[in-house]
Amino acid sequence: MLSPQIHDSYPVAVDRYSGLTRLNHWINAFFFVALVLSGLAFYSPYTYFLSGLFGGGANARMLHPWFGVIVTISFLFLFFRFVGGNGWKPRDTAWMKNPGAVLSGDEEALPEAGKYNAGQKIVFWSMTMLIIIMIATGLVIWDQYFAAYTSIEVKRAAVLIHSVAATAAIIVLIIHIYAAIWVWGSIGAMTSGRVTGGWAWRHHRKWLRDLVAGRVDGDMPKA
Amino acid sequence: MFPPLPNPPTQTTAPKFGPADLMRRSASTVTPPAQRQTEVAKLIDISKCIGCKACQVACNEWNELTPPIGDNFGVYQNPSDLLPDQWTLMRFTEWDNPQTGNLEWLIRKDGCMHCEDPGCLKACPAPGAIVQYTNGIVDFISENCIGCGYCVKGCPFNIPRISKTTHKAKKCTLCSDRVAVGQGPACAKACPTQAIVFGTKDDMKKWASGRVDDLKSRGFANAGLYDPAGVGGTHVMYVLPHADQPQLYANLPADPKIDPLVGVWKGKGKVAGLGAMALAVLAGVLHYLKNGPEVATEEDERKAKSLVDGAV
Ligand code: HEM
Ligand code: SF4
Repeated sequence: MLSPQIHDSYPVAVDRYSGLTRLNHWINAFFFVALVLSGLAFYSPYTYFLSGLFGGGANARMLHPWFGVIVTISFLFLFFRFVGGNGWKPRDTAWMKNPGAVLSGDEEALPEAGKYNAGQKIVFWSMTMLIIIMIATGLVIWDQYFAAYTSIEVKRAAVLIHSVAATAAIIVLIIHIYAAIWVWGSIGAMTSGRVTGGWAWRHHRKWLRDLVAGRVDGDMPKA
Repeated sequence: MFPPLPNPPTQTTAPKFGPADLMRRSASTVTPPAQRQTEVAKLIDISKCIGCKACQVACNEWNELTPPIGDNFGVYQNPSDLLPDQWTLMRFTEWDNPQTGNLEWLIRKDGCMHCEDPGCLKACPAPGAIVQYTNGIVDFISENCIGCGYCVKGCPFNIPRISKTTHKAKKCTLCSDRVAVGQGPACAKACPTQAIVFGTKDDMKKWASGRVDDLKSRGFANAGLYDPAGVGGTHVMYVLPHADQPQLYANLPADPKIDPLVGVWKGKGKVAGLGAMALAVLAGVLHYLKNGPEVATEEDERKAKSLVDGAV
């Protein structure tokens, strides 16, 4: 029996994300970008001008941690929506061992990917780790409310770790956005919620096979 | 006696230093003027301090600070810590000198040291929120301050305080406004025993060495001047009767330096980080130019269709 996610037209249409998942993702994306831009304002004199986007340095300073709280909460929901498809499998290790094929888009040379390929899983898990690190260190350096709870020595370490983790997170974000732009049809998955059968066949064949065999993705409304 | 500072003239005087005399400005680069102004310094002679807190009051008075009424926590020190509106604080320590058996009442006037290499300024992300004049005064320019608290992390002396109401960092200005018109700091003016004197840094060192000799002749063999090299020297210095143990004086650091973590945090790594971000974007652009978009083909669609049809 076909998964109800598959619509047998031509081209085949496949539901990839439910409306709630998409809403969740775009809230997360919006606030994450605001978080990155406001955080970068303090990062270096070269990026201080970004504070202008928020009405000046003092506002950026005030808003950034709140953006962080919003992102953490929204990511928490996103985490539970996505985690099911992100378990690491032996095929992911094999996928990783052939970066040449990955970069040239030669997916015939790679193991068939499930709902997520190894690269997406790395983005998922590294963002998870980095956000945990950033909320933990971010609270330590949030002097407005938490100055009294840690020593200055701890805050020095925290702000350094926070900025290193932010650097890594921003690079992961750039990779994530680029992958979505490069692989046509991916953005549609997060806007309309649908991809074509060909897209699924090409990039997530194991996922397509599973759906054809009747699997229903965890984040889909139970119809 | 150290010659007291003259009283102010009655006519308005042009400031002797200002924005043209910066040698450092937070989160910005400045070209320091070719000629550095004579370095000034405040010398606090702990052996002469009687703990009357006239300086503390004078500071609040001149700077119009009204700290909240605090709690008595059982010692003479009041308030218990520096505050956004308490820029100087007499810290009281009772110490049993094991060598002499004497109980010594150590009183240290705490406040900004006006470091030659200021950690606060190094840490500050807001352009122009902290400046250093060529005479050595480190000043916070509140209109540029964003209240992030980075100066607190940069300072090796735990001096700056962030106001919970105005969200501005505050600390001793060395009365830059008074010094600019030829006056000394309010605290020095008020001190009844000349435990606080103010002048050029050279004169202060000379005066201090006379004081140190005097203390040595009175049995304080380890008396000395506190002008810590780890921060390039300071423009607030202490004459300490026990200069071999600065920590006795309410934990005055023996060898203050900008913490290495602050150095790493504010170091070249940031430029490398921005470079890495730019490189990631560039790699994406080049990859796209070389490979073009990754598009599912007609054949992919047909294969998907036959997979689906095979199942129904
Ligand atoms: C998740 C919760 C987060 C909290 C509570 C938080 C909090 C803070 C705080 C308090 C600061 C100091 C400046 C200020 O007072 O606003 C700061 C700095 C910063 N944050 Fe966050 N943050 C969080 C997440 C993030 C994330 C996800 C990023 C970027 C991906 C980020 C990037 C930055 C950057 C670049 C700085 C400047 C660091 C530096 O000056 O070296 N933050 N953050
Ligand atoms: S004592 Fe602290 S606040 Fe004062 S100049 Fe040095 S680093 Fe800055």
